[in-house]
Amino acid sequence: MSIWNFPLFPKQASSYAWHMDLMYFVLTGLSVFFFIAVLLVLAYFGIKYRKGSKADRTLASPDNNALELTWTIVPTIMALAMFVWATLFYFHVTQPPADSMEIFVVGKQWMWKIQHPEGQREINELHVPVGRNVKLTMTSQDVIHDFFIPEFRTKADVVPGKYTQQWFRATVPGEYHIFCAQYCGTEHSGMVGRVVAMKPEDYENWLRGGATGLTPSMAGEQLFQKLGCVSCHLSGDTPRGPKLAGMAGAAVKLQNGQTVTADDDYLRESILYPNAKQVFGYPLLMPTFEGQVSEEEIRELIAYIKSLAAPTQPSK
Amino acid sequence: MTSHSPSLPSKAERNPAAFSFRAALVSTDHKVIGILYGVTALTFLLTGFLIMMLMRWQLAYPGRALPGASALFGSNSARMPGGVMVPEFYYQLGAMHGTIMVFLAIVPLLVGAFGTYLVPLQLGAPNTAFPRLTRLGYWSYLAGGVVWLSSFALPGGAAQSGWTSYPPLSIIAGHGQTFWLIGMILIIVSSIAGAINMIVTIIQLRVIGLTYMRLPFFVWSQLVTAFLLLLAFPPLGAAGILQLMDRVVDTSFFLPSGLVVSGAALTANVGGQTIPRGGGSALLWQHLFWFLAHPEVYVLVLPAMGMVAEILANNARKPLWGYKSMVYGTIFLGVMSMLVWAHHMFLTGMGTVITAFFQATTMIVSIPSIIVLTALLASLWGGAIRFNTPMLFALAFLPMFGIGGLTGLPLGLAVTDIHLHDTYYVIDHFHYIVVCGTLSAIFGGIYYWFPKVTGRAMNERLGRIHFWSSLVLLNCIFMPMFIQGMAGVSRRLYDGGLSYAHAQPVLKLNVFITHAAFALALAQIPFIVNLLWSLRRGPRVEANPWQATTLEWAAASPPLAQGNFETPPVAHRGPCEYSVPGKDKDYTPQWEQ
Repeated sequence: MSIWNFPLFPKQASSYAWHMDLMYFVLTGLSVFFFIAVLLVLAYFGIKYRKGSKADRTLASPDNNALELTWTIVPTIMALAMFVWATLFYFHVTQPPADSMEIFVVGKQWMWKIQHPEGQREINELHVPVGRNVKLTMTSQDVIHDFFIPEFRTKADVVPGKYTQQWFRATVPGEYHIFCAQYCGTEHSGMVGRVVAMKPEDYENWLRGGATGLTPSMAGEQLFQKLGCVSCHLSGDTPRGPKLAGMAGAAVKLQNGQTVTADDDYLRESILYPNAKQVFGYPLLMPTFEGQVSEEEIRELIAYIKSLAAPTQPSK
Repeated sequence: MTSHSPSLPSKAERNPAAFSFRAALVSTDHKVIGILYGVTALTFLLTGFLIMMLMRWQLAYPGRALPGASALFGSNSARMPGGVMVPEFYYQLGAMHGTIMVFLAIVPLLVGAFGTYLVPLQLGAPNTAFPRLTRLGYWSYLAGGVVWLSSFALPGGAAQSGWTSYPPLSIIAGHGQTFWLIGMILIIVSSIAGAINMIVTIIQLRVIGLTYMRLPFFVWSQLVTAFLLLLAFPPLGAAGILQLMDRVVDTSFFLPSGLVVSGAALTANVGGQTIPRGGGSALLWQHLFWFLAHPEVYVLVLPAMGMVAEILANNARKPLWGYKSMVYGTIFLGVMSMLVWAHHMFLTGMGTVITAFFQATTMIVSIPSIIVLTALLASLWGGAIRFNTPMLFALAFLPMFGIGGLTGLPLGLAVTDIHLHDTYYVIDHFHYIVVCGTLSAIFGGIYYWFPKVTGRAMNERLGRIHFWSSLVLLNCIFMPMFIQGMAGVSRRLYDGGLSYAHAQPVLKLNVFITHAAFALALAQIPFIVNLLWSLRRGPRVEANPWQATTLEWAAASPPLAQGNFETPPVAHRGPCEYSVPGKDKDYTPQWEQ
């Protein structure tokens, strides 16, 4: 829903863009109000109490607790009200809906590499269907970047060594900008791309039209075989590594007694640094895969691990 | 205030050790070192300003040759071949503009120059508590500045990873970054030495009768500032050394695993073996950096508030309205400023709950600023206001700082920050605070205390020209940047945003901004002329030309080279007793019975 478009601002083209603009205008309106109030008081005092004027100066009290409490408590209440509104909205903007389709983004100096769940890959272009929640899961393979789509009012750092996320729902078909908003080296200002928001049927056509690669989890399965992960993690009755089926997103008990959630960051770290968080009950046999797998391949492995269904629990 | 008294002894008689550079080199006197800080920092301020003008040319006219650049840099210079700036040089200028302005210009002016010079005088003390530490602070600061400036001459030039030096970019950068870190460590040594000295001086060297609640508000602002420097700089010192090790001996404190730079994995050579680097955290640096750099923002503001308070009370001929709440508000501000650093990191994916926490502290930290600002405003109520140059600058501080503070609201709320983060809106927000606000206060302070330092008054007419032209031009420069920021134009764009097709209408403003910036440079000429001319030719003044109340005005102008005061003053009352009913004059100095 786009309720207005201020000419100087980027178009509103995502589900929450209007809300963010509204909040900005409320804040700015309040700021302008208080700023003008300060200017008026300044001008009034400046003229009335200039040196040599005949103003009555006996009324001015050197201290006034009531007045002081007023301008302490009123802004506090206003700040807290804004805080509540902003925090609720923040949770909405930063927590991707469960039905989001996940698109994977790798930033590198100085381009964006993008992979769709169906396997399509793009560089510096992102095709998305209008009306569908899209979650971007992002990482960088060198320095910190930032994936910014002004028309969607969304932006998030793309940090090496971890996954960050942002989500949006495009509302208006069209072409929008992708900028890198975090300074990332000499060609930072040229690290740009475009989003193409398409009607769902056009998106389907686009998906079919491209040279269809493997889906990430299929590619991940091939890698899983090629790198030999399968020999420890899947085969045999006494596996040398932890069973991966159902592991993604579940709690994992570690050798040191801690319990962690096997989220994407954990899986990524365990591929690159198996020693960092050793799973309870398994010996340290796994070599590091650092330098042997790219960020995209790590992502495919994670997609494969996630696709492995949890073993059916015997009913109690 | 320009009354020339023939009975006053000449400067040389009063001050046998008249200012000489040779004496200044070895001096441990807070006044000499304060002046050294002032002169050095003003030079760096001008340097940072010139750097900014080079950048502004590139932003307004991307790719066009700068007239005269060939003469300045040589026609086949690697930085500006044919007068056209290369991106590497633009980013060096960007990183060094920020670094120089914050660490070599504004903070040294506020704390080094005004703090070192005025605080002992306002305490009625003969010198700082540790005079040699004062000297160490200055020379370490100067060394840091020299290291930074000299790094422009390195192959590959100066640091170019932004003044924030975020890794991994800063770790794979050229040698300039190593110099940046070494310079930073020297500045940190200087700041910590200065902060310890300031705290001990204020606690130990107050004259008889000068209780804490009788301290001038400026001294309070310096005390809180010193605590911030003392607590916030050591973590950055540690972080700087860690980053230095990452660069020099191939550790990986700030390097996560799996990095591939220019197609090759990052490796380290350990005992003849090549091993992959990694295992560190890129965000750790940001936490350590902002743990300093947010309190640093208040270091840039609090002493300015202190100066404005002194000038404003003096020229309104009124006591500060709500002095006690200003003091408590400032202390609260200092404490809270240590708890807001991560609002610079809302976009790093650090988690919604942590974000909500830092958003809450950020909302709270704005309250004491409001208290201090409104108290300053209310101090005008019922005054008899003199509109001289220092007062004009002090009054301008209030709305300018107001704009800076209010535009911080949409940045402090994480959700509106999403769109505005890393755009010109942010640049603008902190330039309104530091340039339009703090720098106004600094200029006001220079006009106000110049008679105390030199024994001569500055010229009023030139001062007014300087004030009005600067005020108008500053707003011409910075107002349009809010619009650019809302349009989503990012900071640190070498080409000025050529690729921002949707924002071309607002990017045309870049030409206007650049012209205003060049005009602002011209507007500083009256100030420089005034400063140099008044130094030699300004009318002589007596000890207390502004009819002020705080103890520095009890000393001669300039104060005695040894020990400041003929006889140590005694404080009998609060710091700003102006227009006390029943008194025959409208001010009652602290030192009067």
